[in-house]
Amino acid sequence: MTRESLLDVEDLSVVFRQRGRADVRAVDGVSFSVSPGETIGLVGESGCGKSVTSLAIMGLLPKRGVRVEGRITFDGTELPALPADKLRLLRGRDLAIVFQDPMTSLNPVVPIGTQVTEVLTRHRGLGNGEAREEAADLLRRVGIPDPSRRLREYPHQLSGGMRQRALIATALACRPRLLIADEPTTALDVTIQAQILELLKTLVAESGTALILITHDLGVVAGMCDTVHVMYAGRIVERAPRHELFADPRHPYTGGLLASVPRLDQPRGARLEPIEGSPRDTIPWTSGCAFAPRCPNRIEECTPVAPDLLGDRHGLRCVNPLRSDRPETKAVPR
Amino acid sequence: MSLSQAETVAVVPEETGGSLGREAWRRLRRNPVAIAGAILVVLFVALALLAPWLAPYPPDKPVGQVTPTSIPGPSAEHWFGLDDLGRDEFTRVLWGARWSLIIGVVSLLLGMAGGFLLGLLAGAFGGWVDSVVMRLVDMVLSVPGLLFAIGIAAMLGSGLDAVMIAIAVVNVPIFARLLRGQMLAQRRSDYVLAATSVGVRRRRIVFGHILPNSLTPVIVQGTLTLATAIVDAAGLAFLGLSSNDPSIPEWGRMLADTQRYLSSAPLLAVFPGLAIVIAALGFTLLGESLREALDPKYRR
Repeated sequence: MTRESLLDVEDLSVVFRQRGRADVRAVDGVSFSVSPGETIGLVGESGCGKSVTSLAIMGLLPKRGVRVEGRITFDGTELPALPADKLRLLRGRDLAIVFQDPMTSLNPVVPIGTQVTEVLTRHRGLGNGEAREEAADLLRRVGIPDPSRRLREYPHQLSGGMRQRALIATALACRPRLLIADEPTTALDVTIQAQILELLKTLVAESGTALILITHDLGVVAGMCDTVHVMYAGRIVERAPRHELFADPRHPYTGGLLASVPRLDQPRGARLEPIEGSPRDTIPWTSGCAFAPRCPNRIEECTPVAPDLLGDRHGLRCVNPLRSDRPETKAVPR
Repeated sequence: MSLSQAETVAVVPEETGGSLGREAWRRLRRNPVAIAGAILVVLFVALALLAPWLAPYPPDKPVGQVTPTSIPGPSAEHWFGLDDLGRDEFTRVLWGARWSLIIGVVSLLLGMAGGFLLGLLAGAFGGWVDSVVMRLVDMVLSVPGLLFAIGIAAMLGSGLDAVMIAIAVVNVPIFARLLRGQMLAQRRSDYVLAATSVGVRRRRIVFGHILPNSLTPVIVQGTLTLATAIVDAAGLAFLGLSSNDPSIPEWGRMLADTQRYLSSAPLLAVFPGLAIVIAALGFTLLGESLREALDPKYRR
């Protein structure tokens, strides 16, 4: 990568430990980096460790019962080694996250204005009046009409899309250098989705923010990300620049994900191809490739030794990848 | 930004009504149970406050001739009749409301304050602080409330202060546990995570986010506790653990004093007894409908 990266995640593992139960490795040796102005996508189905990765970066995982290993370096600073108060200073100012569910991420008994301004008073040292003006400006920037009225209102008086905008406004209040959007549009309907994504795109382009977009929606990825990391069962199984991934998916899981999305260039009524089985059929990485039980390309070499992530530009963790000239995966789904 | 045009179209029919409190108030007004409770409470409080002016006779002086065998019942001059010492029963019930209210409110406030502090401590810090506080609370709660109150009142010696402190102490763990539970539940909520994710300080998260969301059940419990505090105060007075001063007409004490005349003048027990029931009923009805009004589950 030519640009200096802003965030480097190296060999990140998150292990949940519970008394009387086996440890769960939710994230297992994940590495990636993001540069300013770049958007990367973390893609995968529910439970593959996307959100846990983002919480680990933000240092928001509970201390008890969770072990975080590996290095998370933000602009030269090791985040996990940072004392709590220093980390709190970074959060909201340099690092920000937008959560999945705008319905529950705002405090129901506190007016929107208070929730947006508290970031401003905390990190930018603004007085109450200034902070309110700034907050109104922020809301206007994310496309909320009549912001000064909205500031006085409570979350239940706003629609889902507006709440998500208010949350994005809060996250962007201090112009963070890294923004993590954890399924920012999953809880919203399609028209609002498009607006929110457009908004994120503009903001990234304008302020050079590094964006980590976490999603299971390949359409979102296709429209937004420079690089895409496909995760399965806590590991990255394929990593490639966006166009290359969509044009030439090599991992059977990526191929399966793409095949399960409806496309305009397919004939009407064509059947979507689901991925066989469910995440429950996953086997632990210690006894082979976790995807093997569901994989159409399964061969003997898939077990008992898990393949490594190989390849520099187009990383792949598979011993029997898809052939790179599959015609039906050429088109980019929208 | 061009998005705003689309937005105005997308989000027009949102309600513009007021806050959660106003919504709860609207539900409360429509609930007949709440209105009944409110009327009883208002009546009780008004009588208690205005007793010195409303009462037709002094509460502590005989105003008529009585002998143990002839206690006059209700009449035009003495609505509730005279008690065993010739004092006007109606006056004494009115003044009793005053004392009940004072004892109830003071012990409630004391108990609430104590419980609030302990619950806040446990809920805000969690960990070992929480464990210590909650074990203390468990210990107190393992003793039946009234029995515990009797013990404390007996220990402190008789007097109104002792009664109020005893009832307060019994209520401390109830409030502590309630607030702590609420706060712990709120701590795990998404908006706390969201506030943490933008670097909001812990103190601000506790006082600005967690606490306001945890107060509703405490307020409801407060209303309900006022009812039990009044009953408990009467119970302690009935057992002779209240003030020794005979000039203080206290409902429980009045009940106790008329025991001997139950066969000749049963109404002397009925009036203070009814007063206790009505006062407690008022606060209970109001508290229950308040709980309903503030409970998000009932929200449409």
